[in-house]
Parts: sequence; C-alpha cells; structure tokens
Amino acid sequence: MPRVNQLRVNGKTYTIDADATASLLFVLRDQLGLTGSKYGCGEGQCGACTVLLNGNPRRSCITKVGTAATREITTIESLEKDGKLHPVQQAFLDEGAMQCAYCTSGMIMTAVALLRANPRPSEDQIAQYMEGNICRCGTYPRIIAAVHRAAQAGTEPRA
Amino acid sequence: MSENPAASRIPEGPEGFDAAMEPERYELLARPAYSFEMQRRDFFKVLGAGILIFCVAKEAFALQESGGGRRQFGGQPLPKEISAWLHLGENGMVTTYTGKVEVGQNVRTSLSQAVAEELRFPIEKITLVMGDTQLTPYDAGTFGSRTTPTMNLKLRQVSAAARDALIELAAKQWNTDAKDLAAADGKITDSRNNRSVEYAELLKGRQITQNIPAEDPLIPPAQWTVEGTPVPKVDGRDFVTGKHRYPSDQALPGMLYGKVLRPPAFGATLSSVDTRPAEQTAGLVVVHDGDFIGVAAPSTDGAAGAVAGIHAEWKTEPGQPSSENVFEYLKDNPEPGRGGEQNTENPPANEASAPGAQRMSATYTVAYIAHAPLEPRAALAQWTDDNHLTVWTGTQRPFGVRQELAQAFRLPEDNVRVLMPDTGAAYGGKHTGECAVEAARLAKAAKKPVKLVWTREEEFTWAYFRPVGVIDVRATLDGGQITEWEFDNYNSGGAGLESFYAIPHKTTRFHRTKYPLRQGSYRALAATANHFARESFMDELAHAAKVDPLEFRLNHLHKDDPTQGRLRAVFEAAAEKFGWGKSAKAAGHGFGMGGGFEKAGNVATFAEVAVDEKSGDVSVVRLATAFEGGAVVNPDGLRNQLTGANIMGIGGALFEHIDFANGRILNPRFSKYRVPRFSDAPKIEVVLLDRKDIPPAGAGESPIMGVAPAIGNAIFDAIGTRLRAMPMAPHGLKKA
Repeated sequence: MPRVNQLRVNGKTYTIDADATASLLFVLRDQLGLTGSKYGCGEGQCGACTVLLNGNPRRSCITKVGTAATREITTIESLEKDGKLHPVQQAFLDEGAMQCAYCTSGMIMTAVALLRANPRPSEDQIAQYMEGNICRCGTYPRIIAAVHRAAQAGTEPRA
Repeated sequence: MSENPAASRIPEGPEGFDAAMEPERYELLARPAYSFEMQRRDFFKVLGAGILIFCVAKEAFALQESGGGRRQFGGQPLPKEISAWLHLGENGMVTTYTGKVEVGQNVRTSLSQAVAEELRFPIEKITLVMGDTQLTPYDAGTFGSRTTPTMNLKLRQVSAAARDALIELAAKQWNTDAKDLAAADGKITDSRNNRSVEYAELLKGRQITQNIPAEDPLIPPAQWTVEGTPVPKVDGRDFVTGKHRYPSDQALPGMLYGKVLRPPAFGATLSSVDTRPAEQTAGLVVVHDGDFIGVAAPSTDGAAGAVAGIHAEWKTEPGQPSSENVFEYLKDNPEPGRGGEQNTENPPANEASAPGAQRMSATYTVAYIAHAPLEPRAALAQWTDDNHLTVWTGTQRPFGVRQELAQAFRLPEDNVRVLMPDTGAAYGGKHTGECAVEAARLAKAAKKPVKLVWTREEEFTWAYFRPVGVIDVRATLDGGQITEWEFDNYNSGGAGLESFYAIPHKTTRFHRTKYPLRQGSYRALAATANHFARESFMDELAHAAKVDPLEFRLNHLHKDDPTQGRLRAVFEAAAEKFGWGKSAKAAGHGFGMGGGFEKAGNVATFAEVAVDEKSGDVSVVRLATAFEGGAVVNPDGLRNQLTGANIMGIGGALFEHIDFANGRILNPRFSKYRVPRFSDAPKIEVVLLDRKDIPPAGAGESPIMGVAPAIGNAIFDAIGTRLRAMPMAPHGLKKA
C-alpha cells in the first residue's frame, strides 16, 4: 500500500509515516500531536474534526491522508499568531460561545472558512453554512452571535 | 407544603447520594483516625510555605462522603473529613482542591468566583484542581445539580476562613485590632493608619494550617461583588486555541491505542473466537479474558483493523423487545421483588366523584434516547508497576471509577489514581468507568500506557440510555379545578414525579419494571418525562375546563405557598416575556407552555411552533424561558445553561429516539440519530429571577424540563392534535 511521508500543516513540513488511506484526523492527532482537531463521529457528520485544506473546510476524519498530502493543511493550532487570537477566536470568547467546548475548534475552523468566502454573512447564512457542525451543549445562538461579531470586527484577513 | 415533596423524600446527603440504593457501600462509613499535625509538614514540603485551610464537613452524610478510601497527597493521606481545601502560597497564588469536575457546566469558573469572593482575591490568580483522586478530597460525583449548592458553599467557607486568618495575622503584625482591618483585592488594609499588606507578604516563610467547621458566616448574596457577576470562562482561551487537553487528547510516551471487540447485540454471549492470527501480528497486544476481547496497537487505525480481523461467533438472544413494542413490554413486566415508590396525599376516591365532575385519563410515553456527548468515553491508563495504576478519563465520578478499577484489578484504592481533565460533556451519561477499566486491562497486558477512545457507534450502543417509560395520568376536574390526581410512571424514574399543583387528592407511583437496554441517569433524570406527561395533561385539563392554560395553572398555584409561589413567579415572568395572550399567531402556528420545579430550580418555558400541515414539518420558532434557582452565581453562565438545556430538550421532544430490535441498536450514529443542529435552534429569550434571599441551586438539569410539554402544547394549539409520545415528531408529523 502506498505510504505518505510528508505533510504540510500550518506552514510547516512534517515527516510522517502513514498509509495513504489512513484518516487525516488520526495522523494529525496521534503522529503530530495536534489534538485541537477532535474526533466526534468518524463519518463527517459532526464537524468537530474540521480543518482547512487549501483554505476549504474539510472533515479530517473522513479525509485520507493521501489526499491531504498534496494540499496545505490548516488546523486550529495555527490561528493564534504571536499571542494574538484570530478575530473568530476572540469573538467566541467575547460571546462566551461554548460550554464543554469540544466542538469549538471545529466551529471556529468552519467559521473562518465561511468568513473568507462571505465576509458579511447574515445570521441565516451563518446557520446554514454551519449546519454540519454539532454542539450537543446547544450553544448555537451564541456561536451565531460570535461569527456575526467576528464579521463585524472586519479584521478577517482575506484569503 | 413548604418543601419540594419529591426532594424531601430522597435520603439526600450533601452530594445527593442515595445511600439506600447502594447498601454495599456501608463499610465505607468506618473511618480511621488521623492526625493533622503529623502531616502538616508534608503538605508544605509539596506546596511551599503559606496558609492551608481545610473545610471540615459537618453534615450527616459527611462520613459517607469522605469514605472512599485513602486519597494521597505527596505520599501522605489526606485527612478524612475534608470536603474542600485551599492553599495560599507565599508566591501569591491560590490553589483550591475539589473533587467536583468540569463537563461544560462552567463550574470551574463559578467555583473560582466563590473563592475570589470570600477570599477577596483576584480570580486570575486562583487555580482549581478538580477531580484528581490523589489530590482532591473525596467526592461522590458531579451530578444531581449539587455542585452549586454544596461545593460553591464549601469553597466560600474555606475562603472566608483563609481571609479571617490573614486578617488575624495582619492584626498581630501591626499590633492592632482585627476589627479595624479589611481584606480586598489580595491585600489587608488598615485604613485608620493608612497601611496595607499583600496576602503573600504576610505569609512569607510561614506555615499555617487551619481546620474550619463548615459554619462560618459568609458574605450574603446581596453584597456579592464577584459571585453574581458574569465572569467569563476562566480558561476560555485554552479552548478557542485548541490547547486544552481533553481525556481523549491525553498522551504518554510509548503509548499504544486500544480497541475492544464488541458483541453484536445486548445479551449476546461469546461462543468461540480465534485470536491466534492477531496474536501473531508483530507489535499487536491481544487480550482475551472471559468475554473481554481487545487489542492494543501502535496506531488507532491499526487497532481498529486488528479487531475487525478477529473472527468471533456470538450467541444472540432472540425475542427481545424492540422499540416498537417496548411500552407494552414495560407494563407487562414488573420487576419482581422490587417495589417502586408511592406517595399519597388524601388518596383519590376514584369512583365517588361529585356529580358533574369530569374524569379524564391519558397515557404518555418516552423513548430511549442517548446522551451523545460530543466527546465519547475516553481513557488513558498507565501502570507504573504491577500494583499501581493511573488513569486519565472523562467521568462525572472519578472516585467511583477509582473504586471500579480497584475492584476490577483487585487493588487497594490507595494504589489507583484517577484524574479527570475537563471533559467534552456528559449530561449525566458519564457516571461509569467501563472505558477506564478496558484501557487499564489492555495496558496491563501491553506493559505500556494504552489510550482507548470509544467510537461514536460504541458510545451510542454501549453507554447507557435515558430510560424508556410509560406514564398513566388520571384526574378529576370539577368546577374548573382539579380535585383528584393519579400519576403512574413505569420504568422511566421517580424524579419530578410529584405534582406541585394544589390538588386535594393525589397519588403518584413509580413502578420498577424489566427493561431491554442498559439505562441510567440523564440530565434532569425522569423529571423531563414526568413533566412532559404532567404539563401536557395540565393543558388537556385546561382545554376541557375551557380555561386559558396559564390561568388554569395559576389557579392551582397559591401565591402564599412558598414553593408554589416561586413556580407562579417563573410562569408569570416567562408569560410576560413571551407575550402570552398578547402576541398574534400566524396560520399554522401555536403557543404552549410547560414548567415545574426540580432540584431547587423553578423553570417555565413558553414555545411558539410552526406546523406545515402539508409536509408535516414541525419547527420551534421561538422560546421564552424563565428560571429561578435562588441567588444567581454567574448570570452569563446561567443564561448559557438555560439556552443550551432548551435546545438539547428540543431533540428529545421532537425527534431523538433509539431504534432497537433484538438487542441491536439500529441507529448508532449521527447520520441516523438526529440531534438538534443550527437550523433547529429557535430564538430564545431568557429571564433570570435573582432571589438573593435563597441559596443558589444548580442549573445544569431542571432548565430542560419545560421545553417538551411547551412544544407539545403548542402543536396542539396549532393543529388540534395531542401528541403523547416523546419524541413527538420523529419524522415530522407523518408516519415513517
């Protein structure tokens, strides 16, 4: 079976050894120690594992590492720069948009992708875009408010 | 009636622990002697100089609470009566130790507020060590909405004692009267002589131990400056950056990944298994011990692949009940030898009703549902030698899991340490330690640390469910008042069973029955089912009496009754916020309400739903919910709990249900088991009633109770159809 030996994650090149069909999520978590992306369902239904591949939100649990190897991977760990939170991260804090926060990384990564595609989404557009992300604690209204706040902040760097 | 009758019936210890249910724990009531003085030095060796304050539990159940074997600190056993304790170091940092755990209900923040308030100390310099069986005092578990009423109180007591001790120290140092000194912002100030000193400065080089009874006077809620305010999540930054390490994120060098071979169905027994091919695979550890078969491998994928390759034959049990016939099954299968509960106030006459009185009855059902916390069960187990085990796991009962591990491996509890990193939710679903035991079994064989994270399918199948139930209600209506009330709950549970309405004749019963799937606690327990039945039936009675449903409820809640008066207040507050009797209704829309009290919290929720009669789609358009649970500790956290509970409750009300047949779970994944998503979340308005004269209650559970009946009653209002089964619209209002 073909192996994958290199991965570009958060602007860095990592040496790995994984079967090309292995789940990207587990390579990130188990081999690279990037545990910010979470396992929630393993079938792309909950969004807790969301990362960006070339800027597009993808469910890393059902993404084969072989597919990801040719792309630039962005995870939650890269958003904070020089001790300064990304506007979406800051907005989640400001709105208190979490309880157990296990869904938070995936929510933030999805919101980052949304705001790159649509810097001024309506509340309906936010809800629609994020429909694939589950928060079992039920903080959806606060998450919408946080994404809205981040959009208002208007500091989202354009892709 | 001044107390919640349901609550007073339960023999409740400080931690809501039902001793009658677990008689095997009686031996834990024996307590060995100890001495503080002998250990003081050892504590300071670990912690550095400063002041140590222990809160000694005085409650009747304190012995039980402190009885879970020996916990260790720096190799020394902690004293037995301690329910919480605090260390303020000469470095100016405060560390507080509690056996409670954080599963998203935001108690790390609210408990830090308690310390900051009474210690008069900056909250950012306070660290909470939670749920570590070696470092924290014994705690039965984080459940029953007990953290706020008990642990918040204890930490305030500990902190108040620390503050008083510091004032005494300063008074001695300055040779002045303690009464003239004040503590604020980490300093003692003598305003007469215009001098102040930092706590840390006072403690330089000192080792002070204070052991306080849990009865010191505290700052009353009306004078709170930190409690009662919307302090943001204390470690929120760790969560938005992905830095926080949940149980499933824990790792150790050389760790292997575990996977367990599961039976195909409940009740299945192993006939034969061939583990030899797996055993011959390099790098793979295979365990076959009784019915337990599992592997540990260098990768998650490797472990999963290895288990998939093991051929096992199972004997399954035919003829088990299914989700289709489970309600008949419950009523036909009483649990022999185990009585339920019965409560009677002036038994209903049944027959001799007054002429013109109307006798009504209805049957309600609730399906099995899953907690489905987004983080499934996870554990990392490490044996430091053959007799010493450490496990990091997500559990609401770290001390309970320690006991399970000690029993499973025949170890003294002293040799087992359980740590609970803040976990990806639980909702009452993580009281047990099966995942910890499995990881430990694999680690023992591997002689390496093993991490086991249950798959979503395992979590949906082998965790426990909220119990299925049938509820029969009968009532007599006479002159617009309920005169008789009978309420029978089969299997789902006794929480929230009692009617709090003023009714002259009442009987309520809980019937234990056999049940087909593993079941257990779920947020608010059976209070959700019992409120669904009671509050829906109240709506039926109101319509029969031709009285507005709000007015009908208020007619059965006396203003001057302390309990009923509080419930009245939340109904009135939510009604006002909702615009009951004032808002116009669009076609196909309906309004409804539901409420009650449980675990010292009063809640009323009003709903507007929209029903598309053509498609059968039901959507919740908006909710207004009012809550009163005494003094508010953190209004922002409380609003978050209320909103979240209502959204979670929409799932159980409308569509969540476990499909099963012959012991097999047929929908064990999010693609088949629908949970509330963004599009299901309505506009929610929250009203907080802040009763500073009443001690704060927990709010993780009771806020979920009102939403299901509110939605059902609103659907009836919209289309005239009464839905008596939760979930009410699993496939919309059309049959699947």
